Amino acid sequence: MSAHATEHGTMNIKLIVWRQPARDKPGRFETYEAKNITPHHSFLEMLDVVNEDLIKAGKDPIAFDHDCREGICGMCSAVVNGVPHGGQERTTLCQLHMRKFKDGDAIYLEPWRARAFPILRDLIVDRTALDKLIQVAGFVSCHTGGVPDGNAILVGKPEADYAMDAAACIGCGACVAACPNGAAMLFAGAKVAQLAELPQGQVEAPQRVAAMVKAMADQGFGNCSNHYECEAACPKGIEVKFIARLNREFTKALCQEKIGAISTTTAASGD
Amino acid sequence: MRLLSDSIGRKVVMAITGLLMVLFVVGHLLGNLSIFAGADGINTYAAKLQALPLLVWATRIVMGAAVLFHLVISIQITLENNQANPTAYAVDRRLRATFAGKNMIWTGLLLGGFILFHLFHFTVRSVPGLEIVQVHDALGRADVFAMVSAAFGKLVTAAVYVIAMLMLYLHLSHGIQSTFQSLGLNNSKTMPGFAKFGGVLSVIFLLGYGAIPVAIFFGLLAK
Amino acid sequence: MILDGKAPTGKIQDSWDKHRFDSLKLVNPANKRKYKILVVGTGLAGGSAAATLAELGYQVEAFCYQDSPRRAHSIAAQGGINAAKAYPNDGDSIYRLFYDTIKGGDFRAREADVWRLSQVSNNIIDQCVAQGVPFARDYAGYLDNRSFGGAQVSRTFYARGQTGQQLLLGAYSALSRQIGLGTVKMFARTEMLDLVVVDGEAKGITVRDLVTGEIRTHVGDAVVLATGGYMNVFYLSTNAMGCSATAIWKAHKKGAYLANPCYTQIHPTCIPQAGDYQSKLTLMSESLRNDGRIWVPKKKEDCGKLPSEIPEADRDYYLERKYPSYGNLAPRDIASRAAKEQCDEGRGVGPGGRGVYLDFSDSIARLGESTIRERYGNLFEMYERITDENAYQRPMRIYPAPHYAMGGLWVDYNLQSNIPGLFVLGEANFSVHGANRLGASALMQGLADGYFVIPYTIANYLAQTKPGKVKSDHPECTRSIAEVKAERDRFLSVNGKRTVTEFTREVGVLMWNNVGMARTKQSLTEALQKLPAIREEFWKNVKVSGSGDELNQQLENAGRTADFIEFAELLARDALHREESCGGHFRVEHQYPDGEAMRDDANFSYAAAWEFKGTGQAQELHKEPLKFENIHLAVRSYK
Repeated sequence: MSAHATEHGTMNIKLIVWRQPARDKPGRFETYEAKNITPHHSFLEMLDVVNEDLIKAGKDPIAFDHDCREGICGMCSAVVNGVPHGGQERTTLCQLHMRKFKDGDAIYLEPWRARAFPILRDLIVDRTALDKLIQVAGFVSCHTGGVPDGNAILVGKPEADYAMDAAACIGCGACVAACPNGAAMLFAGAKVAQLAELPQGQVEAPQRVAAMVKAMADQGFGNCSNHYECEAACPKGIEVKFIARLNREFTKALCQEKIGAISTTTAASGD
Repeated sequence: MRLLSDSIGRKVVMAITGLLMVLFVVGHLLGNLSIFAGADGINTYAAKLQALPLLVWATRIVMGAAVLFHLVISIQITLENNQANPTAYAVDRRLRATFAGKNMIWTGLLLGGFILFHLFHFTVRSVPGLEIVQVHDALGRADVFAMVSAAFGKLVTAAVYVIAMLMLYLHLSHGIQSTFQSLGLNNSKTMPGFAKFGGVLSVIFLLGYGAIPVAIFFGLLAK
Repeated sequence: MILDGKAPTGKIQDSWDKHRFDSLKLVNPANKRKYKILVVGTGLAGGSAAATLAELGYQVEAFCYQDSPRRAHSIAAQGGINAAKAYPNDGDSIYRLFYDTIKGGDFRAREADVWRLSQVSNNIIDQCVAQGVPFARDYAGYLDNRSFGGAQVSRTFYARGQTGQQLLLGAYSALSRQIGLGTVKMFARTEMLDLVVVDGEAKGITVRDLVTGEIRTHVGDAVVLATGGYMNVFYLSTNAMGCSATAIWKAHKKGAYLANPCYTQIHPTCIPQAGDYQSKLTLMSESLRNDGRIWVPKKKEDCGKLPSEIPEADRDYYLERKYPSYGNLAPRDIASRAAKEQCDEGRGVGPGGRGVYLDFSDSIARLGESTIRERYGNLFEMYERITDENAYQRPMRIYPAPHYAMGGLWVDYNLQSNIPGLFVLGEANFSVHGANRLGASALMQGLADGYFVIPYTIANYLAQTKPGKVKSDHPECTRSIAEVKAERDRFLSVNGKRTVTEFTREVGVLMWNNVGMARTKQSLTEALQKLPAIREEFWKNVKVSGSGDELNQQLENAGRTADFIEFAELLARDALHREESCGGHFRVEHQYPDGEAMRDDANFSYAAAWEFKGTGQAQELHKEPLKFENIHLAVRSYK
């Protein structure tokens, strides 16, 4: 079974890459050859190889976002043959390895595409819109200091596990990129669900969901039509049950507000 | 928070109006299936229904409203979604989205058109070229069986209805399970169940409704 | 010069409380909004500091080079965070955490700083729970703990294998809340390229907007650097690709002392390198050592065999053999060096013989695969994605990799550098970990500094300074911008033949071979000879295409690499000067017959803080003597 580079041949890959010099400039596809790639190259290391060649040839290397290269920072982001992060289950682009491809493959490489994510250069997009969603309500409004002991409020293991499942989101935006509607429901749902499940976050749950839903529209994200492409593309396995939770929290808050039990316009919602 | 303009508010409205229409489709099917009990079956059913004008009109009003909300919001949402995702990828590859899911707006609009057609065809009876002559049976009741048999005896009519039922199948195979998600009832346990339920129900609709024009056209339904 | 760390004296138990009351001035609430604080870096330390300072009422501007503050490399920490809660009733206490940290750091940290860290560790857990961090819980709903290297108690709190991520997202959520409220102005994709010092005080930073290329100065009343560590000087490390020494190096060039750069932590459990093209090394959480047993074949000829073909009797569980009481949980420096020893003896496994086995078969037999999967499933998955091997069926291969920088900018007890107004937090400073950091302590330090230390200590500085003293048109700002632009233009004008990455790799390989896990006078001298040549070649032969007025990743990397090349010299020089072995600094000349590190407390019980004297010039050494009044200096033993 194993796995040393010497046991495999190398391969050549044809890359068809979206090149765009800057925001609001026209872009187009360019074709490059990635040569002598081993199965143990990560996808980004394959791009490194291509870029080194481009630089030496006096051309502009392909700009792409990346940082931790271990699948947790959420920075890497490119659509490989129509699928964000390349389509290996629970795998970010940086963790995708070239053993998933074969010699002679042609790979289309594109940036995340959605109105809320303007392209900055080549494969790099601006994902500030996701940060804005967190800024309106993706938090518990606690102050530093003056909080109770960590064990003062008990949290059942199932609730803690559920919250952790939701909190595993790395904010890469693949859900938006995969969504036919450019919606951010999985991202928002995961945060709403995490905080609504924990007693610490329940106090603000109605205001949070109200603000988050409004912010999604403000930021130019689309609506959800339950295609579940987001779940399929998510490199962290975030499930669409969190979108169901988002819908439930919304409906609950809406009902509570309409009967006058609560108000969702607070400082937290930015109104 | 706003039910009719927030993204999820409208989603909830879509789900509830959709669910109401599914309930109607269930009732309508149960009624229509009485045709398989022969002329007496469906004519009795029709007569009993006509004797309940309050129910008939209440249903018409509620359904009319449901269709209207469902239609307006879906057009609105589709336009918004197209704006939110204006550029397609070079490789069009979807991992999970189905043909039915992607074409909800089209199957929905066709169904909307079909509903109009159906109302003018059987209720108002004024579709040019496909006029239905009102007849009565021996007991003096409206002879629905005869009228339906006459209508579905024509290939065009039978074909239109069968195609429409295919649209209904597609629309509901995505729509029914989608309703549960939109109403926030899904979790990882219930979700596969709801999906199966939606699939089975839409097949039942297809077979149940579809059987009527097919059976009549091929003369399988004895008087 | 003898440096004074300004640590409080007297009973250590009261030191921080007394210091806060006796020595730290406050800024009254109405005045806070007149002060502007610049926070560079948005990891655990920077993010928590920016959030907390803004909440207190200061104007805050925060900067990060990533596209979002949520991506700082704190996010990659897996295992957990220590605190002296003593929930498991297993003999833990603030004093024991203090003791373990000092001892784990091989007696090269300031006692008072470590005490404070241990004291506030408990507040951190409370704070994070309140923020909605989903820490692991037991079935009764209480917080769960696990054990970690270098400690005999279970004091590590964790959120699956993503503790760093969850803590960072907690800090990020607090920061985001302040951004939403308008109290923090966030500048993402913005890299600090210079420190602006006016009349000896830090009053601003010069940055480059990484999208537009604009170079501008931000001025404030104080500058907080929380820019992480410099381990990418080894090229291959567990750090993110963008981690660099640039911020602290630029501050150093403006007069800030850099302390103990030779204290570098090599993490024992990383996935071994597979080939030359490799761009980074991936860490497997140290927590794996709780249930995995480390071994190599006893006989060299067995190294090529499948592990399953090597009988139990022919396996050498060397950590259990050498350190019976700590066994596989020996501290990182010791575990790393032991792995290197085995491989140097020719008993390593995998490509190039640079690997040892981490075997879970005993634990799987004892606890069942499902328990192991629950504890470490994500790590096993990650291992399989990278190596294509199933670690449930055959042992993982691991090898040490550069991981964490204990050294950093010198700071006093108030986390202020020798430049007034310049505060340094987290991995970027040198303060609490001495010569070696214990697992699960980096998260603790970052959040302690940001949430619970800097809010007090920065007030003391601000209370004694007038707000808004420097405007952005100050000549020092203009000069700083001109310098940064000149350097940028120099990168673009060389137009040589070698790419930036080639230089980064060259320096890294040299540093790893000569200044890595084991250092000798000869290897260090050689590195010091070669580094200036690399630096000169870099400036003659580097190729950076494109322009400065656009998103240009080569230009970013060129700046970071240029600084690494200069910084590497200081690291090697510090390692050469420290004629002892301690913690992450191992000098082959200084070891006991059994291979353990031999400290020289008589001559080296000090922090070495270096003052910049010009590029290519030797730095001047300043010493801060370390006094141990509460813990007796002893040979660090984990046997």
